[in-house]
Amino acid sequence: MTTAAQRTTMVTTPFGEVGGGLLGAIYIVWWRDIIRYWRDRARVGASLAQPLLYLVIFGTGLASSLGGGFGSSAGAAGVSYTTFIFPGVISMSVLFTSIFGAMSIVWDREFGFMRELLVAPIDRAAIAVGKTLGGATQAMIQGLILLVLAPFVGVTLSPAVVLEIVVLTFVLAFGLSAMGVALASYMRSMQGFQVVMNFLMMPMFFLSGALFPLVGLPSWMTVLTRLNPASYGIDPIRRTLLGSSGFPVERFAINIFDRTLPIAVEAAIVLAFGLVMLAVAVRAFQRRD
Amino acid sequence: MTAVIEVASLVKKYGELEAVRGIDLSVEQGEVFGFLGPNGAGKTTTISILCTLLRPTAGKARVAGIDVAQDPAAVRRRIGLVFQDPSLDDQLTARENLELHGRIYGVPGAVRKQRIDELLGVVELADRAGSLVKTFSGGMKRRLEIARGVLHHPQVLFLDEPTLGLDPQTRKHIWDYLSALRKREGVTLFMTTHYMDEAEFCDRIAIIDRGTIAALGTPAELKGRIGGDVITLAVADVPAAAREIKERFGIDPLAANGTLRIEVPDGASFLPRLVRELPMPISTVSLSRPSLDDVFLKLTGHAIRTEGASEKDMMRNMGRMWRGGRR
Ligand SMILES: Nc1ncnc2c1ncn2[C@@H]1O[C@H](COP(=O)(O)OP(=O)(O)OP(=O)(O)O)[C@@H](O)[C@H]1O
Ligand SMILES: [Mg+2]
Repeated sequence: MTTAAQRTTMVTTPFGEVGGGLLGAIYIVWWRDIIRYWRDRARVGASLAQPLLYLVIFGTGLASSLGGGFGSSAGAAGVSYTTFIFPGVISMSVLFTSIFGAMSIVWDREFGFMRELLVAPIDRAAIAVGKTLGGATQAMIQGLILLVLAPFVGVTLSPAVVLEIVVLTFVLAFGLSAMGVALASYMRSMQGFQVVMNFLMMPMFFLSGALFPLVGLPSWMTVLTRLNPASYGIDPIRRTLLGSSGFPVERFAINIFDRTLPIAVEAAIVLAFGLVMLAVAVRAFQRRD
Repeated sequence: MTAVIEVASLVKKYGELEAVRGIDLSVEQGEVFGFLGPNGAGKTTTISILCTLLRPTAGKARVAGIDVAQDPAAVRRRIGLVFQDPSLDDQLTARENLELHGRIYGVPGAVRKQRIDELLGVVELADRAGSLVKTFSGGMKRRLEIARGVLHHPQVLFLDEPTLGLDPQTRKHIWDYLSALRKREGVTLFMTTHYMDEAEFCDRIAIIDRGTIAALGTPAELKGRIGGDVITLAVADVPAAAREIKERFGIDPLAANGTLRIEVPDGASFLPRLVRELPMPISTVSLSRPSLDDVFLKLTGHAIRTEGASEKDMMRNMGRMWRGGRR
C-alpha cells in the first residue's frame, strides 16, 4: 500500500464563475426545464386531456341547461357557456401546470437533480428564478396550446390578440409559478402536497372566475374572489380573447367598489404578486439548515 | 503532508435528535478515507456539512483549508459530490449532464469538451454519450456521476454510498474506476459505505455509530484491535456456553445472532482445546481472520445492520415509483 505522501498530488486551482454570472446560471436552470419538457411530449399531450374534458363535457353540459344566452340581458346577445369558460380552461391549464411543476421541486431537492444545483458554486437565487421562469414558460405553453380550439368556440384570433394573450398568459403563469416555487421551498415532505392541492389550488381555481363570472356574488364570496390573485390573471385573458371577437364580456369583468379595473392594472397586480412570491422563494433557497 | 479535510468537535442536531455528536477527524491530500457505519449513523449528515449543504450546530469543519460555515461558495468550487441517490437528470443524455455540470462550474468551453471526452473514456461510457440517462442501468448511472463529480478538478470527491444497491460485480467495477481516477487526478476520496468489505479499499477508515466515531485507523490497525483470530461457535444454549467458556478459559465471548465469537491470539491451537473441553455439544464451529465486521461488533457491541425503512427511505421509494425511476 502506498501512503498519501508518495502519491502524486495535483494542486488544482478551481475554475472561475459560471459563464454569464447570475444570468448565465438562471439560463442554465431554465434551459434544463425546457429541454425536459420538450422531451416529455407524451406527458404534455396527456395533460391536455383535463382541460378538454372541462371544455367539452362541463361546457356543453352547462351550456345546454343554461340555454344559449348565458349572461344575456334585455336586448343584448349572450355568450354561450362553452365560450365563456374557454379562457377559464386555458387558465386552469396554466394554474395546474404551474403548481404541479413547482411541487416537483420538493422531491427533486431531496433526491433528484436539484441537489447537483444546490452544491454548485452558483448563487441559489438563480435556482429559484430559473425554476420559476422554467415553470412559467411550460405553463404558458400548456395554456396557449389550447388556443387551437378557438374556432370551435366561436373565437377568432388575430396576430395582435394572440400577442396580447401570450403576454397575459405569461404574467399569470409567472405569478402562479412563483407562488408554487415559494411554497415548495418551505415544504419538506410530499405530505404537504395534498394540503396544497385541496386547500389552495382547488379553491384558487373555483374562486378565480374560470368557471363563473365574478359579478353579483354573495359578499363573502366577492371578497374571497377579489383576494385571489388568479382572478386578476384570468379576467384580462377573457376580456381580451372574447372581447376582440365581439362578445359582451365587459359585464363579467372584475369590479371593485363598482369600478372596473383596467386590464393593465390587473396584469400589474399579478406581476407584483409574482415578484413578491419570487422574493420569498429566493430567500428560502438562500437559507441553509 | 497537508490535511484537506479537518473536522473538530462537529455536532449536528435536527431539533431534538442529535445526528452527529462531536466528530473529530482529519484527511490528507490524496487519501482514500472511508466512513463506515450502519443506517442512521450520521454519515450523510456529516458529508452534507462538509459539502456545505447543512450548517453545523457546533464545531468546526474545514475543507481545502476553508471553513465550511464561513465561505461555502469557495468550498463548493473545490469539491465534487456523488450523492446517495442518483442526482443525474434522466431526461438528458450522458454528455448533456456533463456539459451542464461543466458550465455550472465555469469550466471553459474547449477544456470542457476535452475533459468530457476524456472522462467518458475513463468510465467506459463513450459509446453511450448520446443516450438519455433514463435508459442507463444503475451501475452506468453511478459511473457517470463519478465522472461528473471530478469533471471540474475538485480537490476532494465526496461519495455517499457510491455502490449501494449495485450487484457485487458492478461494485467491484466502480472501485476500479475510482482507483483509476484517483491515480490520474490525485483527487482525495472521502466515501461512506456500510459494506464492510469495501472499507478495505480505503487507506484509513472511521467507524461511526450513532453519531460518534468508535474507531479510526487503517484497516490493518483496526483489525489488529482484535487479538488475533476469531472463532465463531454455534451452540444450542448460548448463555450456558458463554459461562462455561468464561470459567474454563478466562475469555469473555461475544454473543451475536445465536452464535458466540471468541477472540484468541492463536486460533489454530486453541480450537482443538475448546472442542475437547467444552461440555456441551457444538453444532458448528469456524475459525477466521478478523474482518471489519468483527471490529465493528467489538467496538459497538452490535452487528452492523440494516434497519427498517425510515420516513426518508419511504419518501425516496415513493418518488422513485412515481417517476418510474430505477436504480
Ligand atoms: N433532515 C432531517 N431531519 C431530521 N432528522 C434527520 C434528517 N436527516 C437525517 N436525520 C436523522 O439523522 C440521523 C442520521 O441520518 P443520516 O442520514 O446522516 O444517516 P446515514 O448514516 O447516512 O444513514 P444511511 O446509511 O441510512 O444513509 C438518522 O437518525 C436520521 O433519521
Ligand atoms: Mg446516508
